[in-house]
Amino acid sequence: MTLRAQVPPRAPPPRQHRAWSWRSPATRALLWQALALAGLLAGLLWLVHNTQVNMAARGIQSGWDFLGQTAGFDIGEQLIAFDAGDSLARAFLVGLLNTLRVALLGILLCTLLGTLVGLGRLSHNLLLRALCRAYVELFRNVPLLVQLLVWYLLLVEYLPDASAAWNWREALFLSKAGLAFPTLVAGTNDTNGWGDWSAWHWQLPALQDFGIEGGGALSPEFIAVTVGLGCYTAAFVAEVVRAGIRSVPHGQIEAAQSVGLSRRQTLRLVTGPLALRVILPPLTNQYLNLTKNSSLAVAIGYPDLVSIANTTLNQTGRAVECIGVIMLVYLALSLLTAALMAVFNRRVALKER
Amino acid sequence: MAVWQMIPARAAPERQDSWLAWVRRELLGGWLNALTTLALLAWAASALPGLADWTLWQAVWRPDADACQAARGSGACWGVIAEKQRLILLGRYPAPEHWRPVLASVLLLALVVASGLRRCWKLWLLPAWMLVWTAFFGLMAGGFASLAPVPTERWGGLPLTLMLATLSILLACPLAVLLALGRRSRLPAIRVLCACYVELVRGVPLISVLFMASFLFPLFLPAGTTPDVLLRVLLGIALFAAAYLAETVRAGLQSVPTGQSDAAASIGLGWWQTQRLVVLPQALGAVVPGLMNSFISIFKDSSLITIVSLYELTGSLGLALSGDPVWRPYMIEGYCYITAIYFVVCAAMSRYSLWVERQQARALTR
Repeated sequence: MTLRAQVPPRAPPPRQHRAWSWRSPATRALLWQALALAGLLAGLLWLVHNTQVNMAARGIQSGWDFLGQTAGFDIGEQLIAFDAGDSLARAFLVGLLNTLRVALLGILLCTLLGTLVGLGRLSHNLLLRALCRAYVELFRNVPLLVQLLVWYLLLVEYLPDASAAWNWREALFLSKAGLAFPTLVAGTNDTNGWGDWSAWHWQLPALQDFGIEGGGALSPEFIAVTVGLGCYTAAFVAEVVRAGIRSVPHGQIEAAQSVGLSRRQTLRLVTGPLALRVILPPLTNQYLNLTKNSSLAVAIGYPDLVSIANTTLNQTGRAVECIGVIMLVYLALSLLTAALMAVFNRRVALKER
Repeated sequence: MAVWQMIPARAAPERQDSWLAWVRRELLGGWLNALTTLALLAWAASALPGLADWTLWQAVWRPDADACQAARGSGACWGVIAEKQRLILLGRYPAPEHWRPVLASVLLLALVVASGLRRCWKLWLLPAWMLVWTAFFGLMAGGFASLAPVPTERWGGLPLTLMLATLSILLACPLAVLLALGRRSRLPAIRVLCACYVELVRGVPLISVLFMASFLFPLFLPAGTTPDVLLRVLLGIALFAAAYLAETVRAGLQSVPTGQSDAAASIGLGWWQTQRLVVLPQALGAVVPGLMNSFISIFKDSSLITIVSLYELTGSLGLALSGDPVWRPYMIEGYCYITAIYFVVCAAMSRYSLWVERQQARALTR
């Protein structure tokens, strides 16, 4: 049996009491943070105080009760029923839906067009490459506001009047009044509600005495905003797509070729999935930019959220609340989109095993 | 015994640098490629003559309203630009004083260009900037010597665009660096504050910030002090741009290896010294393209102040043409003109960024 020397238990370390000296980095760190927070708080309080004093002096009321007032203005286009007698809260909802409609369609358009242009920039064909490059340079280097104004001008000045609308097979009519298209409607002899599929039919727009009637219609404002946003953002998406595809190591493509995949198969099975992971985060950014840029619709009179808030502001004078609504809604949209794309991103992320 | 046979020598590779090989490679390689070329040529043949007719052959170049009216629909009326040039470029600035904004913009533009040139990177640039800003605002506002005072609401056009873009970039940059450093700080309170600021500002559109600048800033300040609307908007753009720039700068900071700040600490540099002398120069150099992209965005975004009724280039075009029934139909030519101006400035900025990248690459190989 071996004797084990017993090591005496180590004495407890002397209690470190914090040295509250100016020389201690920890103290200084605490002090700086406290100072920063105090300064921020003081600044905010000062601003709030000023605002209250100013609002009292100018007789501006505050509070959210104005949302219940009747709007008193009409909205050019709406997804849900709205008239001047409805509340301002409903007006904001109409504006929000209009913003979402433009943003969603714009996202669709910019993704399609951007991917095509991005792939075109990598084409083997010199002319196609040059064309796509010219597209990207032109649309990226001109302010979106100017582009929206030009689209709108082209639509309302250079298209024919509704009475002489361009039409495509008597189904699509394009004129100063916008785009009319066929819609699917329930039949008039529809007795049992939604269930009677046989009664559903296409309702075609047709030229009547007072312009084009029937079917669905898109206003020129809506078309200008959607197409403008889509084309502008597509230039950025194209660059994102191009950079993503270029980021795939050449060895991957050579490996795909060596197992006998065709060019299209390589793109679909190898380059595409690999590039997608690089593309997604910056693509999300572009979607967010598009959503935020849809606020420029106010410049051409499309009744989006900003436009409604602006009208309400001029009518009620509730500047703080109206601008607050704009900021909160866009912030919520941004955070929501970012969260959704993060989930999607996690699903396509490389699973390392 | 196996028969050993020599493989015949391979033919020399085809020359790739002749123009014929180039055409075959770039335009006709494979049937799909050839088809694309054909389709694009056909499209160009159908679209370009009409476009050339409208822009060049049938266009009216003189500021002659009757000739323009006669050519409507078939040719562009570039005369409108000659006619409305001053209004488009200078907005509502009083006509007899037009030399002042022109001189001010030329000075500003010259200094911006000089600041980009390597041989001008000397200490005199700093006093030159101060001098030029003094001259710019002195010339624009007037009110001394024999210069008539011009209120800011009459400023407009290109000088306003240039001033807003340049000054908001200059104001936003230091703030962005502080925000980026703050977001990587060891102090949790500072880190959270900076992150909140950046994320909040990046979540809202610029228009809402501009509305805030024009409607809410007067409410925020003590009663009686109402800064000029131009100043408020400038501050709004700068605060907005700082958040975007901060993210770019942060990307640069992340690209600098920790070893660099460790090395700086080991030779006894303090935190601020480390950032100023070691980390920031490398970080900012690494993100020149990103910074330049942000600058281009700021320049383009300056067009948004039209919405809060300040007549910069885009706004002054509307001002110049929409009120005049004779020239109003030629709005599209006006848009072509300002599009060209924006395009040239933005393209020059992105070319410059490429030049800087090349210089950096060359410095690395030296």
